[in-house]
Amino acid sequence: MNFSFRFDPIELPPEAKELRQEVRAFLRQEAETGTFVLGDGKGSFSREFSRKVGAKGWIGMTWPKKYGGHERSQLERYVVTEEMLAARAPTRAHSTADRQSGPVILRYGQEEIRQKILPRIAAGELCFCIGLSEPNSGSDVFAASTRATKTDGGWLVNGRKIWTSGAHHADYMIALLRTSPKTKENHRHGLTQFLVEMKTPGITTRPIINLTGGHDFNEVVFDDAFLPDAHLIGEVDMAWKQATDELAYERSGPDRWIETFPALVELVRRAGEEPSERLAEGIGREVAHLATLRRMSLSVAGMLQAGKTPSVEAAVVKDLGTNFEQALPDKVRLLAPQSGDSEPDSNDDRFEEALRYATLIAPKLTIQGGTREVLRGIIARGLGLR
Amino acid sequence: MSYTSDNIIVDTATRIFQDLCEPATINDAEKGAWPKALWDALEESGLPLTWVPDELGGAGATMADGFAVLRVAGRFAAPLPLAETLMAGWLLARAGITVPGGPMTVAPVHSDGKIVLRDDGKLAGRARRVPFARNAGHIAVLTHRGNDAAVALVAAEGLPIRQSTSLAGEPRDEVSFDNAVPVAIQPVALDQGLLVGFGAAVRLQQMAGALEKILEQSVQHALDRSQFGRPIAKFQAIQHNLATLAGEVAAASAAADGAAEACSGPEIGLAEVAIAKVRGGEAAGTGAAIAHQVHGAMGFTYEHSLHHATRRLWAWREEFGNEAVWAQRLGRMVARHGADQLWSFITQGS
Repeated sequence: MNFSFRFDPIELPPEAKELRQEVRAFLRQEAETGTFVLGDGKGSFSREFSRKVGAKGWIGMTWPKKYGGHERSQLERYVVTEEMLAARAPTRAHSTADRQSGPVILRYGQEEIRQKILPRIAAGELCFCIGLSEPNSGSDVFAASTRATKTDGGWLVNGRKIWTSGAHHADYMIALLRTSPKTKENHRHGLTQFLVEMKTPGITTRPIINLTGGHDFNEVVFDDAFLPDAHLIGEVDMAWKQATDELAYERSGPDRWIETFPALVELVRRAGEEPSERLAEGIGREVAHLATLRRMSLSVAGMLQAGKTPSVEAAVVKDLGTNFEQALPDKVRLLAPQSGDSEPDSNDDRFEEALRYATLIAPKLTIQGGTREVLRGIIARGLGLR
Repeated sequence: MSYTSDNIIVDTATRIFQDLCEPATINDAEKGAWPKALWDALEESGLPLTWVPDELGGAGATMADGFAVLRVAGRFAAPLPLAETLMAGWLLARAGITVPGGPMTVAPVHSDGKIVLRDDGKLAGRARRVPFARNAGHIAVLTHRGNDAAVALVAAEGLPIRQSTSLAGEPRDEVSFDNAVPVAIQPVALDQGLLVGFGAAVRLQQMAGALEKILEQSVQHALDRSQFGRPIAKFQAIQHNLATLAGEVAAASAAADGAAEACSGPEIGLAEVAIAKVRGGEAAGTGAAIAHQVHGAMGFTYEHSLHHATRRLWAWREEFGNEAVWAQRLGRMVARHGADQLWSFITQGS
């Protein structure tokens, strides 16, 4: 028996290659007009930019046209995503909805909601956040206790979500809420997904400042917040069945290995055209990892395009990818030519800034979206060990 | 370029190795016994000449077919010059030379140390660590007269050969080509660096196969072996080690496919080869270490077959340029492109 996971090679179709050039031209133009600085942003937030991306037809690319989508392939979507991330374009206002929330609504949402929400996501008008973690439910997602109780015409929500990235910007959240107790047979039973409008009375969002000094995640408190029946997503108590394929979308993308890439770019800039043997070797090693991860990530996009649900393969990419991007700043730090070996110039500030940012965000990379330990558990299950 | 392989060829190779490449066959080969039955079956199937077109005496299959066969050969630790015969066939075919039957190998296998073609038509020079030279009937030699490269087909009989082995116990011999008269010689558009790059792509497939094998053996061992009253597969530390191993195997395998693609056309893509040999070499080291840790003392015995794959991984990662060599080359390519072209460099070709 062969236990190896397959990552078959993908050849991008000509239309995807053309699209890449189109995206690069768009990004250059946006950078020239001052929307963002190429390669220098921290993947920040701009509704204006997201609306332009929506107008280009680059959000909800794979969704049906009747919901505002563009019926393009997963490979084309992949190309757009990686180009945006490599350029550090400000995609935060639409990236979560494009990657995760939109596909969930498309697959499990009620028709009325699909028609109302999806075209607006595709237009780059709606920002989403994901309400999973709670104070006592982190890696153990299915321990969530924030309750949704049935009432006339809808549900009343009480409890607390935490570490919710971008909740302070978001128009909507897709929340995992407890509708029944778990059963003895199935500890994942009893949770339901809902669409939550963040302006709903009874919802309070409080900032949690992270160690970089930045405001990304939040605490979201629900106090008798009312959700209409139409906002129920999928089957009551059966969210665990819906979660698996969502993760395949979430975990294999370029965002799982490219977060600290600017530090490598700036190291190459510092290295100049004729680096020392040691520096050339160090750069070569990191580029080899990066290029291989990209190949695997693209292969998963190919699996999605073929209609498969590669959740274990996605976990493999995320485990390898986040370990790589997390270790990268430390490699860059020790490879960098020390002052005296290199000509001091204005580029050094850019190097220091990229390295500092990469070093500070490194710890979160193997935590968010499923910890390293959770991912390895998933891979071990895929190997038949548990 | 499409990169697909005919499963019939993989099935044929797998069946032959299953029948005729037992652990004992591999141990006997290390002691010097030629695995005649295995070679004969392979030769009869046409697999060693996968990369030689019909008109030059070969099987005329695709490049992808040959690389897929190499992966199977790596899985089974095939103790004979199948990879080398495939590679020699490829080199001869590139120069349009009709290919003889029987086991072959290639020389040189390093970027330095040229074999010179003298004005009198004879060769001069030594090649180090030529794989399976002592078993080969013919050697395909990349030779140079000045800056012009040519492929020479040389009969191995009578060549001075000094025997040596790799740490996997496979023959890696020093061959002197002084005064050798080629059976055939033709010019070729290739240099030694590209030949070594192609060799790296060949070894990478074998490495991917060997890594698949040690993952399979390690998972099976963890399920079968009980300690503290339960299979060791139930311990989280073991599960996480095996998950890491699976990731390394997957990365090496994907990288090897990239190198194979880059070596399947008229041009040899050295950037892809460099990426793959660095990543594959790292995976070989990390992967073999985990496989041994999971197997405990049993895996450290000669009796257990784990070392058939792990010793080859340690040998193969070193051949046709190790991680350090290729990483440095890759780093220099990246530096020449410059920081603002790094992303284009990574996405080139796709």
